[in-house]
Amino acid sequence: MSKLSYTKAMNRALVDELAADPDVCVIGEDVGAGLAGPTLGLVERFGADRVVDVPLSEQAFTSLALGAALRGMRPVLEFQIPSLLFLVFEQIVDQAHKISLMTGGQAHAPITYVVPGSGSREGWAGQHSDHPYSLFAHVGIKTVVPATPSDAYGLLRSAIRDDDPTVVFAPAAAMGIREDVTWQLAPIPLGRARIHREGGDVTVVAVGHLVHDALAVADEVAAQDGIEIEVLDPRTLYPFDHAALESSLAKTGRLVVIDDSNRSCGFGAEILALAAETGLLRAAPRRVSRPDGAVLPFAIELDRALQPSRDRLRQAVRNVTA
Amino acid sequence: MTIADLYRSMRLIRGFEELVLDLVKHGEVVGGTHSYIGQEAVAVGVCAALRPDDLITSTHRGHGHVLAKGAEPRRVLAELLGRRDGLNRGRGGSMHAADLGKGILGANGIVGAGAPIAAGAAWAERRSGSDRVAVTFFGDGALNQGVVLETLNLAAIWRLPVLFVCENNGYATTLPARTAVAGSAVSRAEAFGIHAESVDGMSVEAVHEAASGCVAHARSGEGPALLECRTYRFEGHHTIERRFRLSYRTPEEVEQWRARDPLLTAGAELSDEERERVDAEVEAELAEALAFAQASPPPDPADASRYLYADQAAFGATS
Ligand SMILES: Cc1ncc(C[n+]2csc(CCOP(=O)(O)OP(=O)(O)O)c2C)c(N)n1
Repeated sequence: MSKLSYTKAMNRALVDELAADPDVCVIGEDVGAGLAGPTLGLVERFGADRVVDVPLSEQAFTSLALGAALRGMRPVLEFQIPSLLFLVFEQIVDQAHKISLMTGGQAHAPITYVVPGSGSREGWAGQHSDHPYSLFAHVGIKTVVPATPSDAYGLLRSAIRDDDPTVVFAPAAAMGIREDVTWQLAPIPLGRARIHREGGDVTVVAVGHLVHDALAVADEVAAQDGIEIEVLDPRTLYPFDHAALESSLAKTGRLVVIDDSNRSCGFGAEILALAAETGLLRAAPRRVSRPDGAVLPFAIELDRALQPSRDRLRQAVRNVTA
Repeated sequence: MTIADLYRSMRLIRGFEELVLDLVKHGEVVGGTHSYIGQEAVAVGVCAALRPDDLITSTHRGHGHVLAKGAEPRRVLAELLGRRDGLNRGRGGSMHAADLGKGILGANGIVGAGAPIAAGAAWAERRSGSDRVAVTFFGDGALNQGVVLETLNLAAIWRLPVLFVCENNGYATTLPARTAVAGSAVSRAEAFGIHAESVDGMSVEAVHEAASGCVAHARSGEGPALLECRTYRFEGHHTIERRFRLSYRTPEEVEQWRARDPLLTAGAELSDEERERVDAEVEAELAEALAFAQASPPPDPADASRYLYADQAAFGATS
């Protein structure tokens, strides 16, 4: 048995893919030194030709990866800050994502965009605390938000093997998590949810690090209120595992979503819409999210005030089951 | 490559573009196009300096580039008509024409966006030990896109086998380059330590010669090169311009450049007989291309999202 950290799990996924496939390479700022964590030690093992430090030119290196992908490579790009995705939205959405359709299937873009440390990093304020996964799911880019170290390992490997562009968001608040891993780590298919806890009263869909909050709240309300929460982690936000949501709602008929995106047009709103379309809801659903158009303020009390919390989740669960 | 070959290739592009203007006028090409008429010497001169397995990325004004690189006119035309046999199966249209098998990595609707893609392709080629070169075409307007400048830097420090071809036709839509570009294309490239030249873009032989030198430079591992081609578009920026009364350039200016039409100068080097033979052959080829394109069926609307993902069965788009 070993304690696997989230960062180490990402690192192992990269090691295993680099070792398995010579077309895989890692590109990013300070990836050689391993500044963000997941790429630590890779350059010593695979060389600067496979683990490539690039100048601070996100737009150029993001589409450089597309050009390389068109010539047979499988680049993995690391972004130091989630907001950098705003800079390269053009290169990811307009170029990599659209190329398969626009070329009538002649070209694919097997590129993985990794954001280690997405969401609030506490004290990093407005421009370093976004968690922009909803934007990517909205445009139809494969979007993955692993909650646990073994999921981070398995989903990152599948993302790298996938022939389409895929964004992997590693929530900053999950990267400190460790897990006892007694089994052989393996790739996990994209598009499959994971039920972390079974329960018959209410389905809580939780994304990323909030899975751990949902599990803590589930234990509490089971003990205090006798409410049994089913905790469903979609893991892949796009494509979303409709079947898993439906079978859970068939049991519970009640839904709360907790996710760290902005409320309006956010991922939580999408889950509520999907749930409404199933016709399985017996009570009005609830969302626990950041407020509309949120910008995280600096002071720690203010930062936390805008993020989904266990208190708000507990309240929402009590509301839908009342 | 003889002058007759160069002339034929330019003639094909010119005839193709005139045909397209007509199809736009009659509503057969929906959405209009950016005409390449006047700039043929650039695409033809540069592509004649390439091997068939070299790579290009193109622009919103891309018909000339893709034809010069060897895409079949009838399939490009079928694409413009949105047909099944189009290069992109009717999914790309004028601004996204791509033929990966011919090294055409795609035209692009976003100004400057092709530069880093070409650099990435060049990077991958060099890693795999090939000596292919990637060319990226872009206009004077693209010189002000950050991503192009970032790419110049990256290509220079990594000595990538890329040729940046700046097709300076004097205008970005209606904005004159002289009021928009500080310094020059050449001086900008030189600031990055990139070998750069400027050439008369109305002379196909001059472009060919300069491009051959730049391509050899890039292929030999000496790093990227930039070639500015001074040229002019005879038509409006986009066919939609015909509907407006825009006055951003004088009729005299257009006439002066028309007098330097690259087809006239190159054609004058051929005998009348040879030129007429080429013209007739090209005309016949285009007539055949049009018949092919018009006979190709339209795509099935039920398939509108096909090709969005590599594995469509596993991740079909829902509506
Ligand atoms: C990044 C970007 N900005 C604006 C546009 C709209 N647009 C399309 S073509 C064009 C002019 C481009 O000028 P230039 O690069 O000189 O090429 P030319 O049209 O002269 O061939 C503009 C502004 C765009 N497609 N992409």
